Amino acid sequence: MAFYITYIGIGIALFGFIAGFTLFAVYSERKIAGFVQDRLGPMETGKHGTLQTLADILKLIQKEFITPSAADKILFRVAPVVIFIAVFLGFAVMPWAPGLAPSALHLGLFYVIAIISVDAIGLLMAGWGSNNKFSLLGSMRAVAQIVSYEIPSGIALISAVMITQTLDLQEIVANQGIMSAEKLHFFGFWEVSQIGGFFAWNLFQAPHLVIAYVIFFIASLAECNRAPFDIPEAESELVGGFHTEYGGLRFAFIFLAEYAMMFLVAMIGVAVFLGGWNSPLPNLGSARLAEWTTGMAWGVFWTLSKTLLIVGIQMWIRWTLPRLRADQLMALCWKVLTPLAFLCMAVSGIWRIWIMSGT
Amino acid sequence: MFKIALQAFITAAKGLAITFTHLLGARRSRKQLDVRKNDYFEKQTGVTTVQFPREKMPVPEVARYQLDVEIDDCIVCDLCAKACPVDCIAIESIKATDVIGKTSDGSVKRLYAAKFDIDMAKCMYCGLCTVVCPTECITMTDQYDRSMTNLAELTYSFAEMTPAEIEQRKQEWTKFQAEKEVAKKKS
Repeated sequence: MAFYITYIGIGIALFGFIAGFTLFAVYSERKIAGFVQDRLGPMETGKHGTLQTLADILKLIQKEFITPSAADKILFRVAPVVIFIAVFLGFAVMPWAPGLAPSALHLGLFYVIAIISVDAIGLLMAGWGSNNKFSLLGSMRAVAQIVSYEIPSGIALISAVMITQTLDLQEIVANQGIMSAEKLHFFGFWEVSQIGGFFAWNLFQAPHLVIAYVIFFIASLAECNRAPFDIPEAESELVGGFHTEYGGLRFAFIFLAEYAMMFLVAMIGVAVFLGGWNSPLPNLGSARLAEWTTGMAWGVFWTLSKTLLIVGIQMWIRWTLPRLRADQLMALCWKVLTPLAFLCMAVSGIWRIWIMSGT
Repeated sequence: MFKIALQAFITAAKGLAITFTHLLGARRSRKQLDVRKNDYFEKQTGVTTVQFPREKMPVPEVARYQLDVEIDDCIVCDLCAKACPVDCIAIESIKATDVIGKTSDGSVKRLYAAKFDIDMAKCMYCGLCTVVCPTECITMTDQYDRSMTNLAELTYSFAEMTPAEIEQRKQEWTKFQAEKEVAKKKS
């Protein structure tokens, strides 16, 4: 029986973390937006507006549930839950520190990619269930976009997996630092198994993996509907897109899912390409920086700080680039990212056979 | 296609560099708020927000904000009310029996201002009334932050006469008129 309590405890802890992260991320997003545009952002609630998002969520919780009379009641009510749970379940396999992951699945990475796709069904349910032209247009765009961008993002991940030879996220991360069971080579020529640090990250294991990570990053932006790929909720065209009809706690859940998704895709990128919980500091001679900064607490620290950095970059991009047109979006995906991702995958195969097995 | 995508990446990088400098520049806010100062345009980098109730932009004393009337200098000529495009000035005058004084610029006052109301809720701050005023008694001030809970409070009254005084002046005038009539009939 005790393990059930552990399961529920972990679930609650993860939910608490996601909720806390969302509050923080919304605040930082508004602040970053303000600073980029030479404004100050929220300043009134609490010191420098720190309590702003807390006040926002309190307002959302108190709001009435309003279901449009023409809406498909069941789909409309279930959609926010489906959207959130799809993202929430993705956190089940994410590695936080050496030996610390909610679940160390052998097919971890495959599971994450699969479970995130369920998100698209939730978005379609929300759009269709609302019975509103803006919602439907938004959700159709969202589904088209997510399904399309899963291909380059998936293939970019596969090109990394071909180098690591495992789908277990915990193992993928462990093989990117000083705790690696295999020999690691910086760009294929310099052995760094004992040096560790950022040299041992998958990003630098082969030159084409840098491209693979850029592809994955762009595709992940599109998958979590972030600008410049935010056409599903394009405010200037579609009111709010698929969540036009939502308010109160249901809207809060859609919002929570959006920010959780940002964190999740950033974390996947960090785990697969940027060394996960491994320290970015290399062992240099007698200064065993990598050894000193590897461990349980350090692992959580590195995972969090790397992921938050990537989330910060996502926000920075959002407040810089204008939205892509739908056809430009599809052209970028199918004509540029997908062929490049396939090329990366092919190079990965060659790299694995000729360079990695040769050294 | 790849060429366009590459171009897009290069321009995106340029844009990101610009926004990043602004992000870092947000550590300081603009130094000079007073547009009359010579270094105003050099000191505009950083956060531009002025947190209004706590910080205020300095404005000249005769900026184009709410109207003020120096009633002692007013000759009640009604030109301002006629010039007003939105009819926010309401003036009532009572004729005086004789010259009642001089304004500060030497114009002769022959009318009492029984009523001089300006409805600030209607005023559109065009400043035409200040242009036509012969004695320059109606001016625009630096006052702009006046919020009222009651709409009627936005009607500013500049006339200083009490109802009793108004009544008295009216009677004086009617009496004077009557005397004049009598004098006319006699002659």
